[in-house]
Amino acid sequence: MSMVQEFFRRDRVFDIMVPKVVEGLDLSHGTVLYMEDVSVAFDGFKAINELNFYVNAGELRCLIGPNGAGKTTMMDIITGKTRPDNGACWFGSRMNLLQMSEPEIAQAGIGRKFQQPTVFEHHSVFENLELSMAGPKGVWPTLRARIGASQRARIDEVLELIGLVEDAQRQAGALSHGQKQWLEIGMLLMQNPLLLLVDEPAAGMTHQEMERTVELLTSLAGEHSVVVVEHDMDFVRALNSRVTVLHQGSVLAEGSMDQVQSDPKVVEVYLGE
Amino acid sequence: MFLLRILKGDRGGQLFLLVLLLVLIAVPLLNGLPADHPAHVSTYTVTLLGKYLTYALLAVAVDLVWGYLGILSLGHAAFFALGGYAMGMYLMRQIGERGVYGNPELPDFMVFLNWQELPWFWYGFDQFWFAALMVFLAPGILAFVFGWLAFRSRVTGVYLSIITQALTYALMLAFFRNEMGFGGNNGLTDFKEILGFSLQSDSTRIGLFIASGVALAVGYLICRALVRSRLGRVAMAIRDAENRTRFVGYRVENVKLAIFTFSAMLAGLAGALYVPQVGIINPGEFAPLNSIEVVIWVAMGGRATLYGAVLGAVGVNYAKTWFTGAFPEFWLFALGGLFVLVTLLLPRGIAGLFRRRGDSA
Repeated sequence: MSMVQEFFRRDRVFDIMVPKVVEGLDLSHGTVLYMEDVSVAFDGFKAINELNFYVNAGELRCLIGPNGAGKTTMMDIITGKTRPDNGACWFGSRMNLLQMSEPEIAQAGIGRKFQQPTVFEHHSVFENLELSMAGPKGVWPTLRARIGASQRARIDEVLELIGLVEDAQRQAGALSHGQKQWLEIGMLLMQNPLLLLVDEPAAGMTHQEMERTVELLTSLAGEHSVVVVEHDMDFVRALNSRVTVLHQGSVLAEGSMDQVQSDPKVVEVYLGE
Repeated sequence: MFLLRILKGDRGGQLFLLVLLLVLIAVPLLNGLPADHPAHVSTYTVTLLGKYLTYALLAVAVDLVWGYLGILSLGHAAFFALGGYAMGMYLMRQIGERGVYGNPELPDFMVFLNWQELPWFWYGFDQFWFAALMVFLAPGILAFVFGWLAFRSRVTGVYLSIITQALTYALMLAFFRNEMGFGGNNGLTDFKEILGFSLQSDSTRIGLFIASGVALAVGYLICRALVRSRLGRVAMAIRDAENRTRFVGYRVENVKLAIFTFSAMLAGLAGALYVPQVGIINPGEFAPLNSIEVVIWVAMGGRATLYGAVLGAVGVNYAKTWFTGAFPEFWLFALGGLFVLVTLLLPRGIAGLFRRRGDSA
C-alpha cells in the first residue's frame, strides 16, 4: 500500500524521466559541480560519508586531507569510475554524472590527472597530445582522422604552455617524472575541459618545477575550474586559493589556507590527539 | 601513391612485400620448368608454401590484436577454422553427384547418417559468393558477440586469454558431434573442384598459392594502414594505459570490438584459403594448442611489427615441416627450446634484430 502511495506522490520524479545528457552545459547558477549527500562504502568501510561539495565556475580549489580521507574516491565518483551508494552528482545544473559513462563524462568536459602520472609511454609527446584532443572519438572518425592546421597550432600552443616544445618528438616514456606530470596536464588541456581534476601534480617535482606548476594551474583558473588534490602544504599555500579539508569521507573545514590551518578540528586531525 | 604513404618508414614491410612479390613470380615460373631440372619446384612444394602464406595471414591477424591492442587471443584458430569450414561447405556442395553415394544434393556424410534432406544452415553454400560472404561473416559475428560481452564487462589480461581458449575448445567439442551437421570428427574432405577448376590440377594449386600471397599482401597493407591511423595509435594507447584512454574520452570497448572483429575476419579469410590447399577441414583445427602455436609464431617473429608475424609463421612452419620429416618425436622439444631461446635472447623477436635501437612500436 505504501508503495502505491509512493507512486502517486506529486513531487516524485522517476529516474527514467531525468534526462541523461543535456546538450550544452548549464552554468547559469555559477556552479560547475554539485555533489550532494554522496556516500559510498567498500565492504562496510565508508570511504565517502554524506559528502557535500560544490565548485564554482572558474574557481581554483585545493583539496587536502590525511591519507584515506576519500580524496581519490571522490575523483573516482566525479569521473564515473566508482558509483556512489546514494547521493547526487551534477555537472552544471543539468548533467547527471551518475548516469554517464567515463568516456561520456570526459567528452562532456571533465578532465582528470591521475595520482601516478599516466601518459602513453610508447607514443611521442606530440602523439600523446594529439590523441587527447577534443573532437569526435568514435571508431570510424578516429580511423579517418587527419590532423589539421588549426589542430597542429593548438598542440603547439599547449606544448609551449607545458614547456615541452623541444621534446615534442621524444617518447613520453623517456621523460622525467616532472615532465610526465606536465604532459598529463597538457593532455587534459587538449580535451578542452571545463573542470580539471588534478591529483597530486607536485609529486616528484623539483622546487623550480613546482613553481612553474603553480604558475600554470593559477593561469588555468578563470577559464577552467580546477580542483587540485595535494599533500605538499607549501604548494597548496602557493596556489593561494580556497581550501577544502576532507576527513573520513566528509568535509571538515573550508576556507582560506590560514583559516583552515587555525581551525582546531583540522589541527586535531593532522596532529592527532 | 596510397601504397607509398602506407609503407612510409616501414622498412621491414617494404622488404617483406618485395620478397613476397618475387616469390609469387618466381615459384610458378620454377614450377613450369621440366621435372628433372635442378631449379624445379614441385607442385607439392608450391602447395606447402601456399599453406605457409595462409598461416602468415593468420599470424598477422593475431599480431594486430596482440601486438597493437594488447589482447592476447588464445582462440584465433577458431576464427581460422570457421572460415575454413565455410569454404569447406562450398567445396562439399561442389562435389555433387561425384560423391561415393552419388547423391546430387547431400554430402556423403549426411547420406551415411541417413539424413533425408539438407539442414537449413547448408543452404546457399552451393553459391561461391554466399560462401565467400560467410568466410567473413561467420568468424566476424562470433568475434563480435564474444567481444561485445567480454569487452563490455571489462574482462582483460589473462582472464580474457583463458576465455578465448575456452571458446575454441567449446567449438571443437561441438564440431566433433555428428549431429552438428559438419561431418563430425572426419570433418569435410574429398573435395573435387573450386569455381569449376579441379583441385588436383597444378594450375589450380598455383592459382591458390598466388591467391594466398595476394591475400597476405592485402591483409598486411590494411593492417599497416590501420596501425598508422589515429585509431591505431588509440589501440596502442589502450594496450599501454587502458584507463587513461577511457578518461581521455575514447570508448575503449568499441575500439577493441572493432579491431578484434576485423582481425577475426582476416583469420577467417586465411582459413578459407588454407582448406582447398590442404584438402581437409576437421574439428582438430579448433584444438586449443593450435591457437597457442600461432601466438608462438608471433612472439618469435617479433610482436607489434606485423612483418615479424609473417617471418615467425613461415620460419617456424618451415622448421616444423623439416623436423617432423627428419626427427618427428623431437619437434615439440625443438619448438619449446626455440621459444625459450627467443624469449631470453631476443625479447623483440627475430624482427627485433633488424630494428634500430630506440625505435619502437
